Amino acid sequence: MTRLPDAEKLCQQLAAELKPRLGPKSAMVGLYTGGAWLAERLHQLLDMKSPLGLMDIAFYRDDYAARGLKHDPKRTKIPFDVNGAELLLVDDVLYSGRTVRAAMNELFDYGRPASISLVVLADRGGRQLPICPQYCGAELEVPAGMRLRLKRDEAGKLELAMEKQGE
Amino acid sequence: MNNPQLNAKGELQHLLSIEGLPREILTQILDTAESFADVTEREVKKVPLLRGKSVFNLFFEPSTRTRTTFEIAAKRLSADVINLNIAISSQTKGESLLDTVANLSAMQADIFVVRHNSSGAPFLIARHVKPHEHVINAGDGRHAHPTQGLLDLFTIRHYKKDFSRLTVAIVGDILHSRVARSLIHGLTTLGAPEVRVIGPQTLLPTGVEALGVRVFHDMREGLRGADAVVMLRLQNERMGGALLPSAQEFNKHYGLTADKLALAKPDAIVMHPGPMNRGVEIDSSVADGPHSVILPQVTFGIAVRMAVMSIVAGN
Repeated sequence: MTRLPDAEKLCQQLAAELKPRLGPKSAMVGLYTGGAWLAERLHQLLDMKSPLGLMDIAFYRDDYAARGLKHDPKRTKIPFDVNGAELLLVDDVLYSGRTVRAAMNELFDYGRPASISLVVLADRGGRQLPICPQYCGAELEVPAGMRLRLKRDEAGKLELAMEKQGE
Repeated sequence: MNNPQLNAKGELQHLLSIEGLPREILTQILDTAESFADVTEREVKKVPLLRGKSVFNLFFEPSTRTRTTFEIAAKRLSADVINLNIAISSQTKGESLLDTVANLSAMQADIFVVRHNSSGAPFLIARHVKPHEHVINAGDGRHAHPTQGLLDLFTIRHYKKDFSRLTVAIVGDILHSRVARSLIHGLTTLGAPEVRVIGPQTLLPTGVEALGVRVFHDMREGLRGADAVVMLRLQNERMGGALLPSAQEFNKHYGLTADKLALAKPDAIVMHPGPMNRGVEIDSSVADGPHSVILPQVTFGIAVRMAVMSIVAGN
């Protein structure tokens, strides 16, 4: 198996890249579950002024008709005004792009942001929609049938993991 | 066990009654409703989940609040809502219940929200609909009113966080109340240790103890130490015969007044499914007082109905 990069290092690297780009209107939104962990970490590293937003896109998914509603939708909390904000949308792994599409639709129901930039820890390719990240920790090749995801241990340490789909 | 509400995978296919639903499904509905409660507070109070689906409100019995909150819930899920007031439609021309439903099904229905004065009518409909169609009971006779029971559970959990140490007192006309039955089943399933029913012998169903409740005829005794007090409406329209001497007499013994409420816990909440008869089962000073959560109940009702519709339509 290919060795996966250190998630903690990628996190530091992303923070360093984002730091000079932050302005007074910058705000961050993380997508549950992995993206929310990453966003919590970045938000802290960047010492951002506006509170962190967290989002569960369960009500905006495009596969509801086939899969129904998942069992434990988390509560979306956007504790700042989206209108005019320069948003950093944070997810752990970018794949088909469908989650990001759903997230953007949900964000627009809160208001009209000035811009949205996509921040991901890893991009595994395989896009099905015209979406690309502005900030990306690493590009990784993941074999078909495998899932790449972020894990967080009890001490809060982030780690990338590869597992069989459906596990 | 063959449960008409669940599909082969044990998921919620129809919501007909709280009775017989496992704890996990009740919790799933309450958790999902919490996420929907946030939706109703933002700029665009709508999510696209049921876009392109049709919800038929079939009300064979008058209702304003329940029908309206189902309509708002469906619209906030982006569904199309069709309200049918059956009293002035085909049933008065002699069409059978199942024929009415078959015709609506031919118009591509996805969800039927049914209120009927006969107990069991929604069960009958659920047995005859197509696999992709879902039935939600919005109150059938004296039997059940599961979404009201769920919104009561949601309200209690919202203010009290956890059921495991709660004493809940349900007061008044238990006999004619479908709300009471649904709530009792929900509370016992979710582990509330003490559920009390308070009322005169004539307004308590025989054998009510079998539901796992403690019975009180003295309201003061029954309210002592309660965390939540659920007042029920005196259902004049369902009463045949003389079960009560008078509304005034009822108020004296079973009306909730500030001095009776003082026997409950200091942070007790007061609930009422509406519509209220002020001065009969509840005094205005209590209905409008600091313990009352009667209006938040209405707001929570929308989120709970959004949760139920989006869960059944996805299964």
